[in-house]
Amino acid sequence: MIRLLVRDLKLAVRAGGGFGLALAFFLIVTVLVPFGVGPASELLGTIAPGILWIGALLACLLSLDRIFATDHEDGSLELLATAPLPLEALVAVKAAAHWLTTGLPLTLAAPALGVLLDFPAPAYGTLFLGLLLGTPALSMIGAFGAALTVGLKRGGLLLSLLVLPLYMPTLIFGAEAAGRAADGQGASTPLLLVTLITLGSLALLPFAGAAALRINLR
Amino acid sequence: MTRLALTDLACARGGLIVIEGLSLSLGAGDALILRGPNGSGKTTLLRTVAGLQPPAAGRIEADPEAIAYAAHADGLKGTLSVGENLEFWAGLFGTRGIDAALAAFDLRDMRERRAQALSAGQKRRLGLARLLVTGRPVWALDEPTVSLDARAVAMFAEAVRGHLAEGGAALIATHIELGLDVPVLDVAQFKPGEARTDAFDEAFL
Repeated sequence: MIRLLVRDLKLAVRAGGGFGLALAFFLIVTVLVPFGVGPASELLGTIAPGILWIGALLACLLSLDRIFATDHEDGSLELLATAPLPLEALVAVKAAAHWLTTGLPLTLAAPALGVLLDFPAPAYGTLFLGLLLGTPALSMIGAFGAALTVGLKRGGLLLSLLVLPLYMPTLIFGAEAAGRAADGQGASTPLLLVTLITLGSLALLPFAGAAALRINLR
Repeated sequence: MTRLALTDLACARGGLIVIEGLSLSLGAGDALILRGPNGSGKTTLLRTVAGLQPPAAGRIEADPEAIAYAAHADGLKGTLSVGENLEFWAGLFGTRGIDAALAAFDLRDMRERRAQALSAGQKRRLGLARLLVTGRPVWALDEPTVSLDARAVAMFAEAVRGHLAEGGAALIATHIELGLDVPVLDVAQFKPGEARTDAFDEAFL
């Protein structure tokens, strides 16, 4: 499993792997918002949690279709399916690699981008914690969606349509936690709910993803 | 010792039965060449044996952890070097030492080269070298000699001979003469009498 994770990370940082693309996209989206809605700091501060979360979500979506598509194209997915590694573990490892190359950098960058949106400084911790707890769910749900659409032509578009509605609970509670913290209220309830969604996804979706892969590989 | 036994096997592709009533048995040291015109079900049979799709009928007796499958695509990562590609598969299959596999397919000089810089034949050789690092006893190979030159085909035949001598078994679909002294099975004779479409069709998925 570690081997596969290391290989995927290696592939991501080598030429054409797409590492950093999601981060750059996140940066650009967040920078564009003040240009779009104007520099009024009160308004920006109010919408900042939502913008940061939606930005993170879209950036995450960018690289989802690559989770299984590249392995499917070059035939390694079939070979991996016949390897000693169970497909459930394969899906989990792929999601982990996706999180390490997108979710984690996004989480680390979010507080810095919060400055651009005039997000109140005391709430940075909650924003960071919310993303840290919530982005693994985004990768896991995304890996499941990628397993469903692997092998389809133009699967990327269908993948976005499938996955975005599933991202909604994480978005709602994640943005709510950051919003509450910005207003100086306690944010532990939405944070717990975000964690609940993440843990639920991590527990169930590797099995659903593996089942989808099995059908798609036939 | 029986490595692989198929009993009255039927395989379907796209909801259509392409092979029916196939029985065979491979013991340690046995190999079988599969022949047949395009579309006769060689690939489908090998995929079924490899466990990528369930048989439409019949039984497959083999340890699922015993089969190494090689398809048309080699499963190589262009941005990884030859050595890294092989080391990954060796690690995944829990074997160590890729030197013998590199030597068997004359890839030692290319160890540090990126896989995307290899020619089609060299890529194929790397794909076949992967079989040696899996350490699995039953090889299910689909057209292993595509884009190989005569010298590389001889290397491949030598690798198969070595594998059989160590008690392995191989099921090879190919159109060319490998120079191996093994029986040939014409898959076309297992074609169902009339086209049957009553197999469960998952194409709608």
